[in-house]
Amino acid sequence: MTKILEKVDLSENVVKMVLDAPAIAKKRKAGQFIVLKIDEKGERIPLTTVDADPEKGTLTIIFQVVGKTTAKLATLKAGDELMDLQGPMGRPTHLEGVKNAVCVGGGVGVGVVYPIGAALKKQGAKVTSIIGARNKELLILEEEMKGISDNLIVTTDDGSYGIHGFVSDALKTLIESGEKIDEVFAIGPVPMMKAVAAVTKNYGIKTTVSLNSIMVDATGMCGACRVAVGGETKFACVDGPEFDGHAVDFDLLASRLRMYMTQEKESMDKYRCECHGK
Amino acid sequence: MENNEKKEKKEKVPRHKMPEQDPKVRIHNYNEVPIGYSEETAMKEASRCIQCKKPGCRTGCPVGVDIPAFVKLIAEGKFIEAAWKLKEDSALPAVCGRVCPQESQCEKFCILGKKDEPVAIGRLERFAADYERNSGQVKIPEVAAKNGKKVAVVGGGPAGLTVAGDLIKLGYEVTIYEALHKPGGVLVYGIPEFRLPKSIVEAEINYLEKLGVKVVCNAVIGRLETIDELFAEGYDAVFLGVGAGAPVFMGIPGENLSGIYSANEYLTRSNLMKAYLFPEYDTPIVRGKNVAVIGGGNVAMDSVRTALRLGADNAYIIYRRSEVELPARAEEVHHAKEEGVQFKLLTNPVEYIGDANGWVTGIKCVEMELGEPDESGRRRPVEKKGSEFVIDVDTVVVSVGTNANPIIPMTTPGLDTNKWGYIVADEETGKTSREGVYAGGDIVTGSATVILAMGAGKKAAASIHEYLSKK
Repeated sequence: MTKILEKVDLSENVVKMVLDAPAIAKKRKAGQFIVLKIDEKGERIPLTTVDADPEKGTLTIIFQVVGKTTAKLATLKAGDELMDLQGPMGRPTHLEGVKNAVCVGGGVGVGVVYPIGAALKKQGAKVTSIIGARNKELLILEEEMKGISDNLIVTTDDGSYGIHGFVSDALKTLIESGEKIDEVFAIGPVPMMKAVAAVTKNYGIKTTVSLNSIMVDATGMCGACRVAVGGETKFACVDGPEFDGHAVDFDLLASRLRMYMTQEKESMDKYRCECHGK
Repeated sequence: MENNEKKEKKEKVPRHKMPEQDPKVRIHNYNEVPIGYSEETAMKEASRCIQCKKPGCRTGCPVGVDIPAFVKLIAEGKFIEAAWKLKEDSALPAVCGRVCPQESQCEKFCILGKKDEPVAIGRLERFAADYERNSGQVKIPEVAAKNGKKVAVVGGGPAGLTVAGDLIKLGYEVTIYEALHKPGGVLVYGIPEFRLPKSIVEAEINYLEKLGVKVVCNAVIGRLETIDELFAEGYDAVFLGVGAGAPVFMGIPGENLSGIYSANEYLTRSNLMKAYLFPEYDTPIVRGKNVAVIGGGNVAMDSVRTALRLGADNAYIIYRRSEVELPARAEEVHHAKEEGVQFKLLTNPVEYIGDANGWVTGIKCVEMELGEPDESGRRRPVEKKGSEFVIDVDTVVVSVGTNANPIIPMTTPGLDTNKWGYIVADEETGKTSREGVYAGGDIVTGSATVILAMGAGKKAAASIHEYLSKK
């Protein structure tokens, strides 16, 4: 069992949780993820780790409510327990040699790009960050991102805060301004990562994306998470989750993410009914 | 003379069938297919054994169970004692009685089989183990006094459970590190409920825990802790029984379309995650109406029979060779046929066709014919020119084998692997290239059977004991 130590609502559907997980906290590096299962009948879901404190033995996760499991997870409070927590999984982000980086985060992806930016900052890189959301209310971790960035650009799709537009547009403007960039780390919804990769490809700027495929065991055993990278099939759980954004088949990823849409809705509707019944 | 007459009489008693659920009924439930012997039938079947002086059956058993002894006890009506006798050599008799390929092991060497049918050793093993479990009289044997030495077992499948069972009895402190949230390995994620009820696996693991084995779940060794860190923590030896792991895909166009699973994923969702009970359980699975399983092994049979139970109207096995080459046990093929599985033999998929949403709708196949024998000794299937045709499907399960999981080798310096990524370990001792590190099961041999993994575990446990006794 894993105890939840702290829970903070970052926006209407994005939640931050600090977990008591000393063994994982000792090992976890930026870019790695965990798999959790709330209870006996629960689903195993992968979630990226945002932070870890090896001394305190704590692990921080951020997630967006998208289905039954995350909806149920969001109802848990400090002091509650999760039945299963497995990790750290996946390969850590490859950061060596990066001196000028741009960290692009969209929606809940800001939570995932944050630790990468923090690690880059720590190794002395210049970090420019571009974070965005649909609107001001959904923007998360602005202060934290400011703290680890030399320059922070904020966008909203509806123009309710920061620059009106997409993070990929802001990135294009930044590149065209002549900013020196070794590598772009882009994490967010599939269309956002696809758009960012399309922008950087034109300028030949190395771009790393983190893929949120469906997973079951997350140890390389099931192949649910398979993605096409440069025409080759890779398993996001053991070969990734980070890949070369210019080689990823984002359309395939998007279509595989829709595989259980019907069942996800059924599960969510049943859960909502049960919640209202109580 | 009298003795000979007695033998003659015994040989005339035919092998007793085990009652089974009606195929029409069972494809709508997940209950076990064979129902098991009654006490009376078990005693009658056991009485068929002529108690050979040099029992061939025992040499055919990878873990060397004293078969004549436990069968004799059943014949005498000493069912509990029979189970205890089994447990002297096997950590998982209720499992082995169900999933071992007895026809190619113990029963293959039964002298009765020369003229008649062999003694139904597997069914008797199952009977005795079930009798003990259901009686509530599970005996916890004496274990040796703690010797102060610690062994880490990586992977809670058949190999690891066997190593743990043997070493705990010898006085070692044993901890199993299991990557998933439940121990059992292929017994819980792979083999379906209708072939091996999970309550039985749980009972066998509980028994090991009662002996003192510690089980740590959600522990992916290599990521959470490396092998070197386990030694630094005070373990004196490590056994690696992590299973084959990675599923193989054929590399044909369209294989990543939605609706296409690896057998590992399909079975893990259904068995470990209980997706067949969705939405009561949260993990979903596609309930296909037209399901094709690619491959002809036991895992393919488990997958296709699962598809039927999930409500498929048409469930196909697509296999590139002919019926005689099917690697699955004859019993599994028989069960699949009884349940209405359609066998598309001498057929090979070459491409998957999808719709606008990226969902699989058909498999382009070619007909095959058998040519000259290949390196496996089986006749090589050759494509018939111009024989292309399409099978309409909405779900596909690819069951063509597995590769080695890379996590342990990737994080363990000095651990030798072969060109396919499997860990190199001595066949007789399980010794690897690293001192104190032993390995066995599918991560050494590639996909094989539960009992072979247990046999490897048994040998490794003996050599770990020898190594640590000298240390």
